[in-house]
Amino acid sequence: MADTMQFDLVSPERRLASVPVREVRLPGSDGDLTAMPGHAPTIVTLRPGMVILVGADGATSEFAVTGGFAEINQDSVSLLAERGHPREELTQEVYNDMLRDAHRVHRNATDRREQVGEEIVTAAVKLLGDMQALGTHIGLDPNQSTVPD
Amino acid sequence: MPSLKDLKNRIGSVKNTRKITKAMQMVAAAKLRRAQEAAEAARPYADRMAAVMAGLTANAAGQSGAPRLLAGTGEDKRHLLVVMTAERGLAGGFNSSIVRLARVHAERLRAEGKQVAILTVGKKGREQLKRDYGSLFVHHVDLSEVKRMGYDTARAITDEVLARFDGGDFDVATIFYNRFESVISQIPTARQIIPAEVPEGATANALYDYEPGEDALLAELLPRSVATQIFAALLENAASEQGARMSAMDNATRNAGDMIDRLTTQYNRSRQAAITTELIEIIAGAEAL
Repeated sequence: MADTMQFDLVSPERRLASVPVREVRLPGSDGDLTAMPGHAPTIVTLRPGMVILVGADGATSEFAVTGGFAEINQDSVSLLAERGHPREELTQEVYNDMLRDAHRVHRNATDRREQVGEEIVTAAVKLLGDMQALGTHIGLDPNQSTVPD
Repeated sequence: MPSLKDLKNRIGSVKNTRKITKAMQMVAAAKLRRAQEAAEAARPYADRMAAVMAGLTANAAGQSGAPRLLAGTGEDKRHLLVVMTAERGLAGGFNSSIVRLARVHAERLRAEGKQVAILTVGKKGREQLKRDYGSLFVHHVDLSEVKRMGYDTARAITDEVLARFDGGDFDVATIFYNRFESVISQIPTARQIIPAEVPEGATANALYDYEPGEDALLAELLPRSVATQIFAALLENAASEQGARMSAMDNATRNAGDMIDRLTTQYNRSRQAAITTELIEIIAGAEAL
């Protein structure tokens, strides 16, 4: 069996990465998972978090994604993220922007709690929590983002 | 008969017009290239999304308890038309072709006794529809602040549409936009986005494990799929707008050139006629002596 697989990271606006990798670590919504060549075909939704690639030469690179889903096949992984940034590009400013989106979703959900149902509110709280955890994980301050009014 | 001075002024002003249309054409050409690149870059995501959705929807479509975005509300009475046009005119038939299609659609639905509501995106469509359908407008999305068509814009429109759907405002949503064929051909297109259409020939994909379950995944992906379709339509529209403007301005430039040629001929003829008249007068005067 081949020891690398094709990894594609696409956002709605552009293709962010397309490289051969040895393994991919994904932040699945039900828990982290690692995909390696020969993985059973799976479609998995993601929570906001870091995607870690281990390249053919063993070097790792990281991407921050704001949720989405991944399609895992025997020899390829396609990750569809609404928003993704390479670790190097993820400055406090970009992170603030991402966090602001999460805040907005959270507020929309809580404001219309009766209409949308408790499930959506819980999901929004979880999203916000995951976003904050992501920031802390990579050393950015989750408290700098301004909450929109 | 216009005087020589008048003709000269006319020629001058047509020349200025030609300069402007020429400049607009070149700007549109540059913007078109960028719009096409953006549409190209968005394709992998849309294709993947469509492929995954096809498998999922084929599985779930027949079953009871399918999400409302897929199964619909069970009725077909209230329709939302999302009419996407540009913020600016001078783009040939770009805006009016979309509006015309939407109008035909609205009339047909009303003749069938259905309720129609209209959500406009872009100023031009709103202006053209206002007189006949002003009372049906429910919302307007302004694109004048949008410099570069991004996914955020599509998200904002989608949120608006989905909020109305969740609020029970309509049963069926259709988007109207221009599909980009080529610089000289843009095809006004109507596409139903809610409830989601199961693509023809889609077969249930039993190959995949789904995590979380298939239903949860579908519920999460359906809104995204709507956003993706709206985003794709916005990009097609952006490319079409520039393409239409480019060919319209190309025509205008050519027309201006023809007009300048005609006016110049007329100017030269008048000038010669004036000279000839003067000569005749001099000769006639000399002979009279």
